[in-house]
Amino acid sequence: MTAVDLGMPGLPHAPRGVGHLRGAESFPDAARGALRNGQLRANLGHATSTIRGKRANVVGELPDWEQLRAAGKALKTATMARLDEHLEELERQVTARGGVVHWARDANEANEIVTRLVQATGTSEVVKVKSMATQEIGLNEALEAAGLDVFETDLAELIVQLGEDSPSHILVPAIHKNRAEIREIFARTIPGVDPGLTDDPRQLAMAARAHLRERFLRARVAVSGANFGVAETGTLTVVESEGNGRMCLTLPETLITVMGIEKVVPTWRDLEVFLQLLPRSSTGERMNPYTSAWAGVTPGDGPQEFHLVLLDNGRTAVLADEVGREALHCIRCSACLNVCPVYERAGGHSYGSVYPGPIGAVLSPMLTGVEDNASLPYASSLCGACYDVCPVAIDIPSILVHLRGEHVEAVARDRDRPTAEAVAFRGLAKAMSHPRLWHLAQRAARLGRLVSRGRPTLPNALPPPISGWTRSRDLPTPPTKTFVQQWTEEHRS
Amino acid sequence: MKVALFATCLVDTMTPSVAHATAALLQRLGQEVVVPPAQACCGQMHVNTGYRREAVSIVANHVRAFEGAEVIVAPSGSCVASIHHQQAAVARRAGDEALAQAAEELAGRTHELSQFLVDVLGVTDVGAYYPHRVTYHPTCHSLRLLRVGDAPLQLLRAVRGLELVELPGAEQCCGFGGTFAVKNADTSTAMLTDKMANVLGTHAEVCTAGDASCLMHIGGGLSRLRAGTRTVHLAEILASTEEAVTPDQKAIPAVTA
Repeated sequence: MTAVDLGMPGLPHAPRGVGHLRGAESFPDAARGALRNGQLRANLGHATSTIRGKRANVVGELPDWEQLRAAGKALKTATMARLDEHLEELERQVTARGGVVHWARDANEANEIVTRLVQATGTSEVVKVKSMATQEIGLNEALEAAGLDVFETDLAELIVQLGEDSPSHILVPAIHKNRAEIREIFARTIPGVDPGLTDDPRQLAMAARAHLRERFLRARVAVSGANFGVAETGTLTVVESEGNGRMCLTLPETLITVMGIEKVVPTWRDLEVFLQLLPRSSTGERMNPYTSAWAGVTPGDGPQEFHLVLLDNGRTAVLADEVGREALHCIRCSACLNVCPVYERAGGHSYGSVYPGPIGAVLSPMLTGVEDNASLPYASSLCGACYDVCPVAIDIPSILVHLRGEHVEAVARDRDRPTAEAVAFRGLAKAMSHPRLWHLAQRAARLGRLVSRGRPTLPNALPPPISGWTRSRDLPTPPTKTFVQQWTEEHRS
Repeated sequence: MKVALFATCLVDTMTPSVAHATAALLQRLGQEVVVPPAQACCGQMHVNTGYRREAVSIVANHVRAFEGAEVIVAPSGSCVASIHHQQAAVARRAGDEALAQAAEELAGRTHELSQFLVDVLGVTDVGAYYPHRVTYHPTCHSLRLLRVGDAPLQLLRAVRGLELVELPGAEQCCGFGGTFAVKNADTSTAMLTDKMANVLGTHAEVCTAGDASCLMHIGGGLSRLRAGTRTVHLAEILASTEEAVTPDQKAIPAVTA
């Protein structure tokens, strides 16, 4: 598929100035602050290790897990190869069943479409099902700017919204908060909440339930995302744990679903694979409590008006990248976040995007163009834990390395003079390509012996970039002879 | 077997004792060891830092240096993983198909030390003696890219005098990650701190692993804290014998070539 097939002039990235794909700070700067937050570290460490354990248990009980992963990967690869055809089929089927399909090139178009649709109903309130796509485009802010009240109904999204915070995890947006902090937010922000509210999870859930119930019952418009859109029948699906999604999807008169174009699957049969992979990878459950599926409108049953907004917002540009396109296979389970040692310590907000963790470190720069998220591909030690747990086997480490290459090459193109790093790496590459130069370079490294003046380690205070190492770790003094040099001397015949 | 030893750029330059130990160990097991003098680097650091174009000539040098070698062994999971997973791809991307194929052929004959010992030579007891309390950190690339599995543990369990203690959270990255350790020094240090806490919790004298790079990271952190626990490469432990016990118990491999 090419951009021309979608009627687009070129391959635009997600636009600036709208949505939540770019952070104000680079990853290292944002992480520096987060790493000092001991409460955040404790909350994240506890939460991620708990989910990791649950996932490992339920994945371990399936003897065909690896085959399921391979099937998930194959289905996604095949679907992406003919994405345009599947999307058009989805449009035909949704339309045939009484729904209206809208195509949104980017966040601005999607926000305009949804705002116009809500305003057309004459209501001033919207209830929302947890959705990554609408977080990505900043829909809440757009609706609020149009004078509409937006209520997140997912418990964790509600906590984030009431706390005037932003999500830090794909599945558990309030993972950075503990029970005591959630109690404080509820006590401060929920009107008429029981003053004796404790941090007992059940009490907290009941307080949210009482707060939300009223809004469900009076809501006339709901906005949702979609986990999967089945092309052959025009069926949309939402997978959830709490039942709030089911309330939003069934009670209001109008339902508007914003779906990234990569969420289409050709047939119902494909869900057989994904509905096994997703809950086990995300919540560590064999099956999620609620799976809602709907196609168009059914007279007298549920919403009588249904709109599907198909969102590109940079996805076609991702699809054009032969190495990176695999990131579009993501089913938003967040298993990669939960196993990532970088995410576990730096937290989701350090990534500056609604998509944090390993998948965010590849997806965000590709959606925005790598220059707008240049630090993210480097925000990984390439340990590979993410690839191992990914239910659709996205080779995230290889995409990270690929994006580093794209970034370095883009910087080289855009600058008249190379960066100091580029000069150093080119010089080193030259040395490492010619044994004679290499031995000279190794001899130069031995000058470190002068700096350490007979001590086994180099001084702590060294200039950048070595200071990045020596601030927290000792660096051994280089030996007098390299191995190859000594060996060659001893084995000269 | 005639084994060409790839020391790796880091070991060759910074910790040559690891390569000496690898050579001594292989010779003790009856292998003929050669050290191609034109070897430098596998190119991984360049590739992983975004300099994949610059890495092509490094890969070419590596392929030239080891041309004709029957079998190649390196004391590093990470470098061997790069040889297996990156070298050909980098050459192919640059349009050098001949180099890509040569790199692929070479990769097929290149082994990480513990895999070579256990899977190729079929040895688990290498006749080593190392009377210390040791914990083992499985480095990410040997664990997840090369899938060395428990080969290093099989080797360690057969070492006389060695008391092996399990490392909690062993499979979590130590935070090294090549240039990650410098570009994201704070996050890297946070990961290192947790790794060190687990290492120190074992009360081991020695933390070992199959990669000198990760050990330089963990060891550099432990040294900064003046912790008594030191880092020793798996090759140095396996090369040690009764003859190597010196008054200060340093791990000096017995060379019996």
